Amino acid sequence: MILVKDNRCDFCGTCVAVCPVDAIELREADISIIHDTCIDCDICIWVCPIDVLSSDEKKEEVKHD
Amino acid sequence: MTDFDVIVVGGGPAGSMAAEAAARGGAKTLLLEKDRDIGYPVRCGEGVGASGLKQFIEPDPQWIAATISRVRMRSPDNTKVDFGMKDAGYVLHRRLFDYALANRAGNAGAEIQTRAYVDGLMVEEGAVKGVKYQYMGENRELSTKIVIAADGVESRVGRMAGMRTATKLRDMDSGYQATVGNVDIDQEMIDFFIGSNWAPGGYLWIFPKGNGMANIGLGVNGKVAKDFSAHDLTHKFLNEHFPKASILTSVCGGIPIAKTLKTITKDGIMLTGDAARMVNPVTGGGIITGMVGGRIAGEVAATALQTGDLTPNGFKDYPARWQKAEGKTHDGLHRVADAIFEITDEKLNKMAHRLAKIPPDELSLMKIFTAVARQKPSILIDVTRAFAGV
Repeated sequence: MILVKDNRCDFCGTCVAVCPVDAIELREADISIIHDTCIDCDICIWVCPIDVLSSDEKKEEVKHD
Repeated sequence: MTDFDVIVVGGGPAGSMAAEAAARGGAKTLLLEKDRDIGYPVRCGEGVGASGLKQFIEPDPQWIAATISRVRMRSPDNTKVDFGMKDAGYVLHRRLFDYALANRAGNAGAEIQTRAYVDGLMVEEGAVKGVKYQYMGENRELSTKIVIAADGVESRVGRMAGMRTATKLRDMDSGYQATVGNVDIDQEMIDFFIGSNWAPGGYLWIFPKGNGMANIGLGVNGKVAKDFSAHDLTHKFLNEHFPKASILTSVCGGIPIAKTLKTITKDGIMLTGDAARMVNPVTGGGIITGMVGGRIAGEVAATALQTGDLTPNGFKDYPARWQKAEGKTHDGLHRVADAIFEITDEKLNKMAHRLAKIPPDELSLMKIFTAVARQKPSILIDVTRAFAGV
């Protein structure tokens, strides 16, 4: 699941532009992930200029290591 | 009867040009802007070419921050390649510039509303018939004959109409920029840093903004953005090069360095500006090109309203005129960008060592990109077309 560190988002929309399934809603100062639509491809995490997005699954992977 | 003939979504330069052209063509036009302000926040390096700008509007000292006559490009080992610009450049105050363009659209007869967040389209039998939007928490609907989506890099309005606007990672730069004060820079020169140390797959820019200020920012290509943070790189650069800089504004944003979308029209809708990916794929510049696209879209919308054909067939002059004006060049520049991606830091350094020996008045962008084309001769024609006379 993609997580948003809400109070750090700059609402620039870069993640929205690359999302292949249109699973990110962005308003003037409000961002939310539509988890039912999201396919956890993680590219929004990579492209975010200020690293506001993260994946809870990644954290689990790290634990397994 | 519909509420409007044309509803433009997005009040940036492309949207304002579209609204102005549509209104001038006799269309009852509404421009919707999602933020409370036209022109703010500014997610842009703010650089434009003088001749590109002047085809639309006379430069006004109110929104010209700096006038540029020289360019410096630096290779990864900081070899400086200096040259003069044949066409002068400007760094704008976008906040005021966007105001001026929207004001002009208003003077041409377009209505303008801010705080209007479009969250859906009215669609009948595959044709766009109106927009749904929120204003101060209230849901509203307006019918229209044509929607012009100028909603920027996110380009969600096109998706709402069932168009493919999602951009590949290769075609997106992850960008960050600080507007800083207290920096001792040449206010008539733009300064670029190329190579993987500061902006992997992209470049870092220093654009003067007058009074000891500058926009300093960079773009990291999406393909490698997983391993780099545009924010962290920018601050590292500032710490190393301008430790005394005061950060007055900092913004992030995506720079869509793609080819223009294959399809920019559908029944009742046209896409324009960043939303249609009308950005120069090498420089990432999209102000003037967005204005070119926006104006054509508005003009074609006004004409289509007269003929009554609101299908892609009725809009066909729009993609045709865009391709001729900029689109074809952008396709070539996209191939040039691919070639640049392949050049290693070592090769960039070697090229810079050679180019740095050429006197600045004998050097030009054309010569620099011809050197790039030497690495990949198949792009020579693209380079020649894009940079002739520059």
